[in-house]
Amino acid sequence: MAEISEVEGVTHREGGIAAYLRRVWVVAEKDVRAEMRSKEVVGTMAAFSVLAAVVFGLAFDLRVPRSELVVPGILWVIVLFAGVLGLNRSFGSEVDRGTLAGLLLAPVERSAIYLGKAAANLLYFLIVEALLVPALLILFDVNLLKPIVLLGLLLGTIGYVGVGTLFAALTSRNRARETLLPVLLLPVLVPLFISGVGLTSVILDGRATAEAWPWLVIIGLFDALVFAIAFLLVDVIWEKG
Amino acid sequence: MSTLSRPTSPDRWFAPLLVFDVIAGLAMVGVMWAGLVYAGDAVNLAGEEQAAQRIFYFHIGSNIAALLGFLGSVVGSIGYLVSRRLVWDRWAAASVEIGTIFGILVLLSGAIWAKPAWNTYWTWDPRLTTATITVLIYIAYMLFRNGFDDAETRARFAAVYAMFAFLSVPLTYYSARLFRSIHPIVFDGGNEEAQGGFAIGPTMGQTLAIAMIGFALLFLALLFHRVRQFDFEARIDAIRERFDE
Repeated sequence: MAEISEVEGVTHREGGIAAYLRRVWVVAEKDVRAEMRSKEVVGTMAAFSVLAAVVFGLAFDLRVPRSELVVPGILWVIVLFAGVLGLNRSFGSEVDRGTLAGLLLAPVERSAIYLGKAAANLLYFLIVEALLVPALLILFDVNLLKPIVLLGLLLGTIGYVGVGTLFAALTSRNRARETLLPVLLLPVLVPLFISGVGLTSVILDGRATAEAWPWLVIIGLFDALVFAIAFLLVDVIWEKG
Repeated sequence: MSTLSRPTSPDRWFAPLLVFDVIAGLAMVGVMWAGLVYAGDAVNLAGEEQAAQRIFYFHIGSNIAALLGFLGSVVGSIGYLVSRRLVWDRWAAASVEIGTIFGILVLLSGAIWAKPAWNTYWTWDPRLTTATITVLIYIAYMLFRNGFDDAETRARFAAVYAMFAFLSVPLTYYSARLFRSIHPIVFDGGNEEAQGGFAIGPTMGQTLAIAMIGFALLFLALLFHRVRQFDFEARIDAIRERFDE
């Protein structure tokens, strides 16, 4: 008996930050491995992104004098919508396969599960964005490969994934989960969206870099608040398993 | 039998609520009279704008009610997360529902006023943006609540969502303000917030106070009724569960 509890003690909530991060990593790795085998999420997100870019191109071609005017909006709208597709699967696939209970029984903190899932989602998002940005370059002849735009995209994606993963967990128990997630997510993400578009516009217009800093501050603040609240509330979500 | 009456028997509030309804109704009559008759004309406006200016009292009044709904949802959600008593969740849900109605009234009355004053129904002014997004968040909140069968799961998840909404709304305001202030394409080239403004005379100030009080009372009356309805609902559920066993 003593031996078992000792073993449990080793794996359960022991060690410092390094051990915690290792547990986060295990959850993230599990998600990424499942994704590599099933190829459910990234492929769909990437295909949707490129498709949406083409559709936007058809919508705005001939109507917009300079594509720099619309590309910041297009970039962030596509990220927003493609993200919803991926986030739905984050817990949706666990629920479909009945593996969520197993995941919750794993001897790791709930916040580690949340962070691991968020890390896996972040990876998917970044892969998709790495395809989307060149696609926009080709279709609209607008170069988004600028350090501050990419920094804003990275920080914005982190905040998005932070809210999105938590909301995906919330909706996974709801009757209308797939349809509901975007309705919940989009209004809450508005500050991120406005800041992302604002930041991208500042850089694409060639205005002073100093004008971009307030946007980065808002995005950073959003990220910090999101993860703070998520850490406070993540245990509430799976209280009863 | 004691389990049946656990969600505090709501019918004992019937009589006090009736009195409160009458008070709120009379207050709203007062608001109508003050806003349409008592309040003086704005000295610097004429024609259509002069008539449209009176919607201001209903606009601000609804705004107070919507704000109370917002505060109620936050207080109710925090109260539930701390105490885990479902009664807090019912207050939060009722606040959101009533607050949404008044929020929509704020948007509509604002749009009706803005057409003569600004010559457009709509502009992406930070206040308009924030108000709209808040109403959309509330609608999402109500849709979200709909999809749960278990009252406690619903309360927990709705409270979590309300917390995120509470965090996001001020940031929406600041980002929208920043967006407008550095964004070069502003219709009319001027600051719309200053357009259509008017000097407030003494009767107008009093009317404004009456409108705010009247709408606050109306909000509270509707809120109490909705909470009472929720209490009955919870009671019926409890009774039904007992019969199912």
